[in-house]
Amino acid sequence: MKKLLMASAATALMASVAGAGSHSNEVKLGIIFGFTGPIESLTPDMADGAELAMREISESGMLLDGMTVSPVRADSTCIDSGAATAAAERLLTSDGVKGIVGGDCSGVTGAILSNVAMPNGVVMISPSATSPALSETEDNGLFFRTAPSDARQGVVMTEILMDLGIEEVAVSYVNNDYGKGLADSFETAFKDAGGTITISSSHEDQKADYSAEVGAMASAGGERLVVAGYLDSGGSGIVRAALDTGAFDTFHFPDGMYGANLETNFGTEINGSTGQVPGTDSPGAQVMQELGEANDFDGTSSFVGESYDAAALILLAMQAAGSVESADYKGEVMGVANAPGEKIYPGELAKGLEILKNGGEIDYVGATAVELIGGGESAGNYRQYEIKDGKITTVQYR
Amino acid sequence: MEFLNAIVALSNYVLIPAIAYGSQLSLGALGVTLIYGILRFSNFAHGDTMAFGTMVTILVTWWFQSMGISFGPLPTALLALPLGIVGCMALLLFTDRVVYRFYRAQKAKPVILVIVSMGVMFVLNGLVRFIIGTDDQRFADGERFIITAGDFKTMTGLDEGMAIKTTQGITVVVAVIAVALLFWFLNRTRTGKSMRAYSDNEDLALLSGINPERVVMYAWLIVAALATIAGVLYGLDKTFRPFVYFQLLLPVFAAAIVGGLGSPLGAIAGGFIIAFSEVMVTYAWKKVIVYLVPFESLEPSGLVQLLSTEYKFAVSFVILLIVLLFRPTGLFRGKSV
Repeated sequence: MKKLLMASAATALMASVAGAGSHSNEVKLGIIFGFTGPIESLTPDMADGAELAMREISESGMLLDGMTVSPVRADSTCIDSGAATAAAERLLTSDGVKGIVGGDCSGVTGAILSNVAMPNGVVMISPSATSPALSETEDNGLFFRTAPSDARQGVVMTEILMDLGIEEVAVSYVNNDYGKGLADSFETAFKDAGGTITISSSHEDQKADYSAEVGAMASAGGERLVVAGYLDSGGSGIVRAALDTGAFDTFHFPDGMYGANLETNFGTEINGSTGQVPGTDSPGAQVMQELGEANDFDGTSSFVGESYDAAALILLAMQAAGSVESADYKGEVMGVANAPGEKIYPGELAKGLEILKNGGEIDYVGATAVELIGGGESAGNYRQYEIKDGKITTVQYR
Repeated sequence: MEFLNAIVALSNYVLIPAIAYGSQLSLGALGVTLIYGILRFSNFAHGDTMAFGTMVTILVTWWFQSMGISFGPLPTALLALPLGIVGCMALLLFTDRVVYRFYRAQKAKPVILVIVSMGVMFVLNGLVRFIIGTDDQRFADGERFIITAGDFKTMTGLDEGMAIKTTQGITVVVAVIAVALLFWFLNRTRTGKSMRAYSDNEDLALLSGINPERVVMYAWLIVAALATIAGVLYGLDKTFRPFVYFQLLLPVFAAAIVGGLGSPLGAIAGGFIIAFSEVMVTYAWKKVIVYLVPFESLEPSGLVQLLSTEYKFAVSFVILLIVLLFRPTGLFRGKSV
């Protein structure tokens, strides 16, 4: 009996070795998104984006002496950490993937990272997890993301205000996760940069009257009022009340306050106010849209470009390291994503592979103008605007 | 100069908004108090009555605007107001006919009528949302300001600006006229006197030949006018949204109870007490104090804010509790609740 067991185990082992050997020219990448669950309408396009990058590289035949890439999809469910961990475990043990594109939602991404990717030493690049907590999580250099952390906007906002020479502001934020998170990250960044926040107070959406809130902020003073709220709700109410009482006449608007109604509601009354909104002037986004049309998916949908970039970064890093093993290529991800080097846009992956093969350097720009900062997360791209003569005017991209 | 700045800052952020808000609350509380005096129950549907009257006014305003009728620098809604009042009167007479009269005939206890009025409240709630939707409706037009903060600064040369919105001015003027008319009606006319008699002692009034149905009808008509005026003024000054009007029920009731239910004068006083406490307790006094203290070393480092603005509603509750605990009949000796 014992011998029989031994024998069957040995046979199984040999079979799997042989199986691996026969596919040595193929590298598998896992794609773990919530194909069921709250964001199931976004994930098919995201996965198509990631697979497009893999197909492009396979077809080029340039990856590590003509290796092909095959994707393996798994379901993260977006919300169920247990199911996501099991799915990721399967990707590694039974499919033998060499890198993971995913997860999608922040909660399951953290679970996969600490339960599966870290113990097994596999690189994962998430296109859409934006929780600031993931910046702090221990990752052994294995975790990257092509989406910016939510905390990033606070930093960008600080840079804009500091560049304008504004060092004292009042903050009014909408009382929910978005407003509170943004106000907190901004407060930290602004204070670190030497600025003063005179008051940081919350407002409720959909109230009839904001004069009490504005009265408190007027008392606290400040050169500018930062309104971390929503344009079509309380945020506009705060701006209106501040203008009416003459408490503030210039404002700074984070992304929730951006929209055409800013011009129609306030027009020239808020001349000189500034703001930022996610956006890029990189040609990559346009290319991504065209690639999507050619391949039958929506390249403009949320996080599709990021997914393409995540898959492309893993494969380019493999090429740079000359190896498909995570331990070898994890150190190359930052290098291929950032300057210096030849800029690589979507659809030009073959060119990137060739440069890397010849020992050159690339700066992967991709669909979303990827620039990895900190522990390997996208810096994000923001459009800084100013209200001039009642019109939203782009100042620059950051 | 410093002293003037302090006064101006105080007026801009506390006095003017509180006076306008207080006038609106007073008109609302007058309606509640009249119903309590004549019909002897707390009308929970009052907030939604205000919403209904305002809604009719808004619809008429839009109709006027589409025909190009305007009221010069004043809001068109003032022209539409009489039609709004008529609409609201029709509604209240209708609900009285189909709902309240039945319970009156049965001599139902006040608590039953309170629950009935809650039922009416929910129906009105739905009706208003069904007709005009749940969103914000802004219907103020004409000049926005009597004086803007910027103009005030250049005019006086002070550091602080003071803005007076047209709607705030209108609120005070219209409220004064409405209250004067109401008191004239209650004190000078035959019907008004019979209403007061009915309110003071129902049995004696009936013995002296006062027709109760007539008194009740007049009460509803006056309440419709007061509720619509209060609602339209609030909507002009702030914004119209059905849910906000429903929430107004709390400060309106607090005002009526603080003043003493059944006492018109009390309702007015109560409205201003509630409005001023809400604004003053949540105001950050730093700005005013900084102007007033002579030395910089005495300036407060904090904001000197008793309660943050989220707790505005709590203020009405607390005042209500204190009054009910220590003086249940209210400041002006109204009926005990």
